[in-house]
Amino acid sequence: MAKVTIDGIEVEVADGTTILNAARQIGGEVVPPAMCYYSSLKDTGGKCRVCLVKVTQGSAKDPRPMPKLVASCRTPVMDGMVVQNITSPEVLEARKGVVEFLLINHPLDCPICDQAGECDLQNLAYEHGAGKTRYEEERRTFEKVDIGDKIKLHMTRCILCYRCTFVADQLTNERVHGVLHRGDASEISTYIEKAVENDFSGNMIDVCPVGALTDKTFRFKSRVWFTKPLDAHRNCTKCSGKVVLWTKGDDVLRVSARKDEFGEVKEYICNECRYDHKNMGDWTIEGPRHIDKNSVISQNHYEKIDMQKLKLDIERQIQFQKGKQLPETNQSPA
Amino acid sequence: MARLLEHINVPGIETFDVYRKHGGYKSVEKALKTMTPDEVTEEVKKSGLRGRGGAGFPAGMKWSFLDRKSDKPRYLVCNADESEPGTFKDRYLMEKIPHVLIEGMITSSYALGAKTSYIYVRGEYMYIIRILEKAIQEAHANGFLGKNILGTDYSLELYVQPGGGAYICGEETALLESLEGKRGNPRLKPPFPAVAGLYASPTVVNNVETISAVCSIVNESGDEYAKIGIGKSTGTKLISASGHINKPGVYEIDLGLPVEEFIYSDKYCGGIWKGRKLKAVVAGGSSVPILPADLILKTAKGEPRLMSYESLSDGGFATGTMLGSGGFIVMDETACIVRNLWTFTRFYHHESCGQCSPCREGTGWMEKVLHRIEHGHGHMDDIDLLVDVAKKIEGNTICPLGDAAAWPVASAIRHFREEFEYHVRYPEKVKNPKHFELEPFRSEKVLATV
Ligand SMILES: Cc1cc2nc3c(=O)[nH]c(=O)nc-3n(C[C@H](O)[C@H](O)[C@H](O)COP(=O)(O)O)c2cc1C
Ligand code: SF4
Ligand code: SF4
Ligand code: FES
Repeated sequence: MAKVTIDGIEVEVADGTTILNAARQIGGEVVPPAMCYYSSLKDTGGKCRVCLVKVTQGSAKDPRPMPKLVASCRTPVMDGMVVQNITSPEVLEARKGVVEFLLINHPLDCPICDQAGECDLQNLAYEHGAGKTRYEEERRTFEKVDIGDKIKLHMTRCILCYRCTFVADQLTNERVHGVLHRGDASEISTYIEKAVENDFSGNMIDVCPVGALTDKTFRFKSRVWFTKPLDAHRNCTKCSGKVVLWTKGDDVLRVSARKDEFGEVKEYICNECRYDHKNMGDWTIEGPRHIDKNSVISQNHYEKIDMQKLKLDIERQIQFQKGKQLPETNQSPA
Repeated sequence: MARLLEHINVPGIETFDVYRKHGGYKSVEKALKTMTPDEVTEEVKKSGLRGRGGAGFPAGMKWSFLDRKSDKPRYLVCNADESEPGTFKDRYLMEKIPHVLIEGMITSSYALGAKTSYIYVRGEYMYIIRILEKAIQEAHANGFLGKNILGTDYSLELYVQPGGGAYICGEETALLESLEGKRGNPRLKPPFPAVAGLYASPTVVNNVETISAVCSIVNESGDEYAKIGIGKSTGTKLISASGHINKPGVYEIDLGLPVEEFIYSDKYCGGIWKGRKLKAVVAGGSSVPILPADLILKTAKGEPRLMSYESLSDGGFATGTMLGSGGFIVMDETACIVRNLWTFTRFYHHESCGQCSPCREGTGWMEKVLHRIEHGHGHMDDIDLLVDVAKKIEGNTICPLGDAAAWPVASAIRHFREEFEYHVRYPEKVKNPKHFELEPFRSEKVLATV
């Protein structure tokens, strides 16, 4: 076990845990954002640089600070490590820079993008971005292409997090897509004339943090906040069959895997569940899906509010705004 | 002490026989027959030899970090990807006297316990690949490569691997990825190659010049080598001199030579061409900070600047620079700093692997802004924007290419801000690409009367 202090909060985690995952165990504001790291996909992370943090003390044994900001998603904790995330102006400044870099060539076409409302880049920009752009050059553009018959690739929106290529590598039995070219000309692409066609390829859509990979069976059907998400399952031979149905009335508009509080899919679903069961009758409905209260999706979403938890959340917020130390845990009393 | 280029002008030195007649392959004989691998490493440590690829990391120390306990094979990989603008010394060495590298590879591989070693050559150097392969064949035919070299129980195979023509594949972990047949993206470190390098095995990556220097270190001892040079900058260094000088070319200097002597002496660059004045120097390849004439000749303390790791970096980045890979680019008074910087930045934009957002997006941004300024479409606040973008790239990326793109921008504006302002203020004048040839830029005071 290793003891690590993040923004003044101490936590004890298993050896080898990354700073990001240690922070996730604390939860709340001290969790760095992550755009490329994905726990269930090996070797992801390190690329987008939004999770940069400052290590002010390397370990109890060697207390020297690390010379540069480090990617918290790929840096393991050491016993006695001291980390600054939101308490370091340097980190916040660098993060603001990264958000700006991610946005300068982004089309900002949220009004016509299917991902709007559940987009990690929107959330990131809202929390860490500037209100105004300093970029007055021409933006990079690409043609839209189909990769496989169910997925549309809008390369223009891609932030090159590489997650989808890891899905292709690790979840599907034949990798047919990857990154071509280099620098800002890099693009996600299928190898020549090969379409993505695989039982688990649809998971690329769910891991994509932006609207670069979208479900063609859902394209332009509805803004996501006009749908009602329901937890549901079915008996499936290929996957767990546990999904979220995005519904409007009795219509199932979209089926996706379930994401945790950090926006990550823990149980991937097969393409059959995703694309071929768009009837309510195919599913056992478990109830409304819990959606973060800050999400625009929850505007149209009914869920019984746990008043006590809400009160606690508000108190935490107030304390935090006043600059007081955060309470040890954000768990609501049972 | 024998110099790397000592026999460079001997006719036929590129052949095994002539090279051998001039003392070639002695270090292999000496090492394999009379020394243990650790003794060879010890000599390299004593020599104080520092990596010649750019970072100047002590070679002996790097060798001693190699994980010798691992049961995996160990590899030596020679970095011959030489793509830094302004650097062409490895090419010269490999073209003219290829056997010195082959000899160094054998001796170094022996020291590291490598049984297979690679020379990774940049894709544009195809003709050099032929030269090296011929040299390897000759070494094989003469018993210096292959099974049981010189009758000892040491065996080594040496392969030449062409790259695809990417600067980023000179970064050692991108090089290893590329060597493994993958996309040349730099890896996140740790783990370092010494622990998990090529095929996840312990690996040492060294520059062509570093490996070649091992021959004379073994022949004449590390202590002898350390007598050349100054302080922690021991030995000789190949400098690729280019730009507005009378005698551009590759020179082997003893580290510690005064910069002034290097530029003006007839033995080296022979002074600034056309009788013009010196304006600025990029001393160590395009990645290092540019320095104006006064600061390259003398440090901020007023001491003469020397060609050494320490002296060139004296004053930090505020008033100093780096020896880097030894790509010495000289600019006379007609050079346009903005144009030169735009060219450099265009290079980094083109060569970024695109893995991390600050480098992928920031390099392109800087290039576009510089293009505008250079072509008379800049705004005053573009200058501070450039400084800020460079700052947000620096230190925040996976590999040092991000820094390499940021430093030239930051330093050019630090030392030549007036010139950027001039471009914004007089857009009509700078629209002619030869603007400073027509009318050299001097200082704000002179400009005020223009
Ligand atoms: C973008 C980039 C390009 C590089 N290109 C080269 C190169 O062409 N040749 C080289 O020897 N080192 C190059 N390096 C440095 C290598 O990463 C590595 O430090 C070097 O090969 C180690 O050898 P040395 O210790 O003998 O210098 C480059 C580094 C970076 C970040
Ligand atoms: S398409 Fe999406 S998942 Fe794939 S690299 Fe781009 S942003 Fe990441
Ligand atoms: S700094 Fe640039 S070249 Fe290096 S890994 Fe990042 S994007 Fe690639
Ligand atoms: S989440 Fe850590 S670098 Fe992207």
